[in-house]
Amino acid sequence: MRVTVDVGSAIDVEALTVRRGGRVVLDALSCRIAPGSVTGLLGPSGSGKTTLMRSIVGVQRIAAGTVRVFGLPAGSPELRARTGYMTQSVSIYEDLTVTENVRYFAAVAGAGRAAVARTIGEVGLADAARQLVHTLSGGQRSRASLACALVGDPELLVLDEPTVGQDPLLREELWDMFHSRARAGATVVVSSHVMDEAVRCDRLLLIRDGALLADDTPAGVQAAAGTDDMDAAFLTLIRQAGQEPPGGPERGAGGGADSHKDAVTALAATAAEQRHTRSDTNDTGGRHARREPR
Amino acid sequence: MTPVITPRILAATTARILRQLAHDPRSIAMMVALPAVLMTLLYFMFDGAQPLVSNLLLIMLGMFPFIVMFLITSVAMLRERTSGTLERLMTTPSGKLDLLFGYGISFGTAAAVQGLVAAGCAYWFFSVSTAGAAWLTVLVAILGGLLGMSMGLVSSAFARTEFQAVQMFPIVVIPQSLLCGLFVPRGDMATWLHVISDVMPLTYVVEALQQIGAHAEPSAILWRDAGIVAGCVLLALGVASATLPRRTA
Repeated sequence: MRVTVDVGSAIDVEALTVRRGGRVVLDALSCRIAPGSVTGLLGPSGSGKTTLMRSIVGVQRIAAGTVRVFGLPAGSPELRARTGYMTQSVSIYEDLTVTENVRYFAAVAGAGRAAVARTIGEVGLADAARQLVHTLSGGQRSRASLACALVGDPELLVLDEPTVGQDPLLREELWDMFHSRARAGATVVVSSHVMDEAVRCDRLLLIRDGALLADDTPAGVQAAAGTDDMDAAFLTLIRQAGQEPPGGPERGAGGGADSHKDAVTALAATAAEQRHTRSDTNDTGGRHARREPR
Repeated sequence: MTPVITPRILAATTARILRQLAHDPRSIAMMVALPAVLMTLLYFMFDGAQPLVSNLLLIMLGMFPFIVMFLITSVAMLRERTSGTLERLMTTPSGKLDLLFGYGISFGTAAAVQGLVAAGCAYWFFSVSTAGAAWLTVLVAILGGLLGMSMGLVSSAFARTEFQAVQMFPIVVIPQSLLCGLFVPRGDMATWLHVISDVMPLTYVVEALQQIGAHAEPSAILWRDAGIVAGCVLLALGVASATLPRRTA
């Protein structure tokens, strides 16, 4: 499953294995994310999206593998000034106003004061800027939290389900904003469990049970699955993954990233094999991380 | 390595915590008014009998900030841990010490206000008299507040919920209050109790206040005790820093 994006990948995940509470959450997962793009991290809840994001921003304890961002180990001090992270829960101060929250995270990130009002406007909270966060609606709180991740104009934006609870119009605006940030050079990683948001991404990482099902463009995923409907495409890929006999197509033989069909089939097989291996060894609790063959 | 403390971030953190406090008038009222109310109770419990009341209230001046700051800090820090803001801060340029000293300075300021008001009440309304200077009393009261704050930061690591955080109170605060010399003079305690009280930092806050009460000039024991308490504060901040791993499971 080597994806051959050798030139300037922004994020480089190698054989990442994460265990939480004795369970393997990410299983020797490898992927690369290109700079200046919007990459969607999609998969059912519990598939490992948040864990992958936490690994990318450097707050996840990992069992094996490496995560590099802009060529540096994830979580490096140099990277922290360049990273904006929005957690899935609303991780801002409920007893402060929207402006006070954004102003604080702006100061931490070293952003100027002008950025505060501008960013609050960008997430559509200008009218609620002086309101205490605990008086806001769920969707507003989430956008206030988003503003705190955006305010430093970071080069890497890792956003965990930023569009949950937003009305369709706002969702549209938020996706437009992610793309304009990407056009300006930012690497944007957005997770969602809503498949119809997948088509808005430049590239998709489909995750299931801690393994990559697909790493492709939305069109590529649709072509591989033979359907335009993203929900159906995802189900098809899961089924393909389940049917492929373990060890079928050779792993590591994935050629160019653009040979969609082959790549996705190979990925699906890999995923199936990884799950197979895991279910074999899960109860022993002492499995070692398998490395991808080079 | 990035610098351990970034002045810009420390200032922003301190301002942020003070702003949170400002949005919570009830907590401010409790911090400032409660000591005066409790001292009034104590004063009338003993019919204002001197020097008993004076001695008791002097000890209380060290205990109030300790107790209140412990409670406020342990809950505030627990919120930081459970709301996800701590995790988020770990992905920013903020260092652990920016956060911990932010709490130290902002709650230290709150402790100073509380200490001034409580000491003011004690000296003017309840006829507390000390041989030593009143400003020393305020200084030790602030140290007591900082001690409670730093121990609150540590104890928040052992709680998952606010309910559990409050449960740390009887474990950390009550034994120290019982053995610090308020109820029984330390000299009258059985040896084993005395030994336990020797390793409890609140003991030195109380002893320092008693030294101010007894000596016109700052005594060597006063400075030693103040040093011990300051050392405990730094030690607790160090331990608290260790309870803030950047990477979690």
